[in-house]
Amino acid sequence: MDLDIKDLGDYISSTIGADADDVSYAQDELTVTVSADKLIKTLGFLRDDANCQFKQLMDICGVDYPSQPLRFCVVYHLLSLTLNLRVRVKVWTDEDTAIPTATGLFSSAGWFEREAWDLFGIYFSDHPDLRRILTDYGFEGHPLRKDFPLTGYVELRYDDEQKRVVYEPVKLTQEFRSFDFLSPWEGVQTVLPGDEKAEDAGKEDAS
Amino acid sequence: MAEMEIKNYNLNFGPQHPAAHGVLRMVLEMDGEVIDRCDPHIGLLHRGTEKLIEYKTYLQAVPYFDRLDYVAPQNQEHAFALATEKLLGIEVPPRAQYIRVLFAEIGRILNHLLNVTSYAMDVGAMTPMLWGFEEREVLMEFCERVSGARMHMNYFRPGGVSSDMPAGLSDDINTWAENFVQFIDDLETLLTENRIFKQRTVDIGVISAEQCFDWGFSGPNIRASGVAWDLRKSQPYDCYADLDFEIPVGINGDCYDRYVVRILEMRESLKIIHQCLDKMPGGPCKVDDQKITPPSRAAMKSSMEALIHHFKLYTEGYHVPAGETYTAVEAPKGEFAVFLVSDGTNKPYRCKIRAPGFAHLQAMEFLSKGHMLADAVANIGSIDVVFGEIDR
Repeated sequence: MDLDIKDLGDYISSTIGADADDVSYAQDELTVTVSADKLIKTLGFLRDDANCQFKQLMDICGVDYPSQPLRFCVVYHLLSLTLNLRVRVKVWTDEDTAIPTATGLFSSAGWFEREAWDLFGIYFSDHPDLRRILTDYGFEGHPLRKDFPLTGYVELRYDDEQKRVVYEPVKLTQEFRSFDFLSPWEGVQTVLPGDEKAEDAGKEDAS
Repeated sequence: MAEMEIKNYNLNFGPQHPAAHGVLRMVLEMDGEVIDRCDPHIGLLHRGTEKLIEYKTYLQAVPYFDRLDYVAPQNQEHAFALATEKLLGIEVPPRAQYIRVLFAEIGRILNHLLNVTSYAMDVGAMTPMLWGFEEREVLMEFCERVSGARMHMNYFRPGGVSSDMPAGLSDDINTWAENFVQFIDDLETLLTENRIFKQRTVDIGVISAEQCFDWGFSGPNIRASGVAWDLRKSQPYDCYADLDFEIPVGINGDCYDRYVVRILEMRESLKIIHQCLDKMPGGPCKVDDQKITPPSRAAMKSSMEALIHHFKLYTEGYHVPAGETYTAVEAPKGEFAVFLVSDGTNKPYRCKIRAPGFAHLQAMEFLSKGHMLADAVANIGSIDVVFGEIDR
């Protein structure tokens, strides 16, 4: 069966469309958004359905949108070798709500979920071994959250007197520099005072 | 003698161990000399690459990709460049595509040379390592001539490559590629039928195709289990669709097959390199869009506009339209992908790096359980891990 990605999108919305919040198609990529309680059902369908066979879970990652009511988006990337297609499954959650683990369906989910827990603090319920994975032993906080500073909170150095590594609050010799680059590329839109030439453009702006 | 209860022994493997290929700490629970449980502790090389990229412009993010899998840096850059280009909606000119593929294949040989030979050293063969490094040096010289840096090339930029190839380089690569076949043959005489090497690798760490799917394997490791899956063929990017090459596959999915697949891949890479050099088209090596690629030095001396573009590109950078993409390339170690989320500003909102080694190392317990301690070393070598990309 030779499906292209749009047919697959139609097929998915016709079969599990009731469970999915949204099936969208952008940049040649298919995204299925589901709620947390439907996640395992959706992933299981995508893996086992004869027309999908997304047998490989390639990646799980979190994305932090602090302004959203549910701030974390957990993104699953599945790959089907038989269809030669990928699909993205998205689930939204917040700091307190757990997402059911996918380790029952895909063994590869184990470390990816640990990583999402470590870097974002997203809980995965029933995960067999939800420990930190990338950060230091005894690390506090979740570094990839947008409200975590780039420099972190502690720095470490080797203390020659104590003959061991000690942790200390970060001391910056120079303030972290962040430039505002969101000014438009094609020049300023605001009219400078006393600029006669900009009069016409200024009227358009005012209207 | 009375019967005794024997307790399992906990063994710390690493973090500084020559066979750990970097800073891998594995907590092994040993039943005698047999591994009962294996818990890899990673993250000792964690540098927060993904966080740093969120604070850098797209152009400034490229060098971070060199420092992921520092054995074959250009392949990582390739993924990021393709992801950014996809969001920008640009297509790079043919010459840039061919140069990229040429150097991506050089990267593949760089990687496989290091992996195969260091793996051989892990299981007891010293000479291949010394030979391999000599060849790697030649390849890194090519990288230096084209980009100025031996390893961290910063060469594949969104929109093309940073500069065109210098005169005479293609001839030298061609000469090297013709002689390199002999090197692979020599390397194979040392290893392929070597009794000790086979004793250490055949039937060690066997993984079936179904188990490969379950563990998210990709690249040479999944091909060694008999799955003919290669992103260069199945989802071709740049000019791979125009090139003719084969996908070597293994049968048993053991350590030995993973070695053989890598050797054969080097031979295929040579084919690709020859084709790239033969078919190399003329023309520009970056897109003709001054809002994305910098102007030439000469233009900056005479054109005010070029000077402004240069200044804006290297301070503010370009704004990438909002959107998200998961773009994968066939890196030497497997599927290396970048999940790039853009919010329309000049910095990535989120850049998730999907490293093949992360998924492969995860299966370490599965591969090593019930094997001897020495086989764990063979397993680490055969799945080809580099901690730059696993720990990020």
